[in-house]
Amino acid sequence: MSVNNFVDLDTPAAAALGVPARPGRVFVLPLVVFALFALVPLLAMQGPQSFILALVTRIMILALAAMSLDLLIGYGAMISFGHAAFVGLGAYSVAILSSHGINDGFIQLGVALAVSFLFALFTGAISLRTKGVYFIMITLAFGQMLYFLGTSLAAYGGDDGLTLASRSTLFGSKILKNDIVLYYVVFGFLLGAYLLLRGIVASRFGRVLRGIRENPVRMEAIGFAPYRYQLTAYVIAGMIAGVSGCLLANQTEFVSPAFTTWQRSGDLIFVIVLGGLGSLHGAIIGAAVFSLLADILSHYTEHWALIFGPILILVVLYARGGIGGLLGSKP
Amino acid sequence: MTLTLALVQILNGLQFGLILFLIAAGLTLVFGVMDFINLAHGVQYMVGAYFVAAFTAMTGSFLYGLALALPTALAFGLLLEVLIFRHLYDRSHLDQVLATFGVIIFLNQAVKFVWGAAPLNVPIPDALSGTIEITDGMLYPVYRLVIIAVGLAVGLALYLVVNKTRLGMLVRAGASNAAMVSALGVNIRFLFTIVFGVGAMLAGFAGAMVAPILSVEPGMGDNVLILAFVVIVIGGIGSIRGAFIAALLIGLVDTLGRFFAPTLLRVLLDPATASQTGRAIAPMLIYILMAAVLFFRPSGLFPSKQ
Repeated sequence: MSVNNFVDLDTPAAAALGVPARPGRVFVLPLVVFALFALVPLLAMQGPQSFILALVTRIMILALAAMSLDLLIGYGAMISFGHAAFVGLGAYSVAILSSHGINDGFIQLGVALAVSFLFALFTGAISLRTKGVYFIMITLAFGQMLYFLGTSLAAYGGDDGLTLASRSTLFGSKILKNDIVLYYVVFGFLLGAYLLLRGIVASRFGRVLRGIRENPVRMEAIGFAPYRYQLTAYVIAGMIAGVSGCLLANQTEFVSPAFTTWQRSGDLIFVIVLGGLGSLHGAIIGAAVFSLLADILSHYTEHWALIFGPILILVVLYARGGIGGLLGSKP
Repeated sequence: MTLTLALVQILNGLQFGLILFLIAAGLTLVFGVMDFINLAHGVQYMVGAYFVAAFTAMTGSFLYGLALALPTALAFGLLLEVLIFRHLYDRSHLDQVLATFGVIIFLNQAVKFVWGAAPLNVPIPDALSGTIEITDGMLYPVYRLVIIAVGLAVGLALYLVVNKTRLGMLVRAGASNAAMVSALGVNIRFLFTIVFGVGAMLAGFAGAMVAPILSVEPGMGDNVLILAFVVIVIGGIGSIRGAFIAALLIGLVDTLGRFFAPTLLRVLLDPATASQTGRAIAPMLIYILMAAVLFFRPSGLFPSKQ
């Protein structure tokens, strides 16, 4: 059975569901984006290298977390307002293991993935029983729950957070201490996650997920149980965000409960709406614009939020489809 | 001694719950009638506290300050409605969440810009600043009792308006089926503006009432907002009765949990571990409670939409 049988072709989603009108052009924008990221360390040598490297590394980490959220919001219509919780879980996995002397990156990553998996499975199983605004609020509340847990972990810094003794080690070597190596590790994860999510979105699973976004009742009628597909997507997104947390802890060499606040979750949503929902690379573009904007504005005034807030409102009110929409990569 | 302490904690929990109710009442009605998620409801609470701080400093009297702060909070809420929120009613929940998030970012910074980042203090009015002996040797601040009394009075008034008047009937009808009410010839937009204004003023009132006992600072509305969301989700969106019961439940569970969790855990664990685990678990209790309620009743305790 073809997908088009149950989705009206004239809905905006139809083009995203079916074969794109211009197959060649779809890959141009992501290709340009990744090529730029790959070249940044070379270009950075011309300027303040460590500043640029740190900034762009942060952008890619933010993009990784935002991209995983795009799977939920853009493709699954699951508006999670607690996605930063997973970033915090990943970051704290690194920091807590490190404070006990376990610095091996693979162990830390494995623990982060396992913890994110369990938390996503548990909270997702409960949250997805609810719909609409209840889902938004329950994910928000689970995120806050983790935040308060973080603030009360007195042994691991509590409110003040925890400074890492060192970055993760790979095969016993402290190679991540080099910012360029860290940069390319983050780049590798971002590229890997992008390709993984592209594959997921294009697969049968992804088509079912988008079908559920358009009309859960019809999907159920033709024999798909939405709950299972949505929960799987929720767990995948949570684990990818957990990875971004691991990388964030390594980049900043510091973790704090503030990583998991609902304001951070709101930032993630802003990033993907800014870049354009449901296109994956939109999350990357959004992350870049978001970070650069915040960075530039904060150079001019400490009250940069006075400008940032209204920009957010204006983007929501007038720039439907985000930057990706303006660049014409999405219908 | 423990009993006396428990009584104090129960009163504190009650007071906290009633403040939450004042905030949640507007939120739940606005959402119930217009299907509009207003994250910026928490800043209304903050703004109320700042207004009362400013006007009290200006007039030298908390009562005058309060009397000036309430209409200002109302006007401020309606201004936001006209400028921004009105354009969001027909939008998706995602757009509403994001745009009102932008309002929060802006206003949290704006109060910092106007009043500075340092917390402001509002003195408790002299007449209410004493303590009262409730039982033998148990002193309780009069002002907190006043908050409880005022909260109960507002709750009762809201109950009467919503359940016994024509306006309340329309609000309830709007919450269960807005399109039908509109089809019957009721100006639902106007009805909503009233509901929104009252809700904004109640949140501002809550902020004004707690200003003398909490520090007035930027971002003070954010955590309260999340708690108000927990309240309306547990109570069932659109239900005043649900919001009232859930608010008291959350207020009591949170306050008593923080107090008793370390003590109770001492039965199972050694004192040091117990107090640490207790402190870690206590703030999570209400979220666990919410998860449990939603697990069994995905639309809350008193859902208003069928």
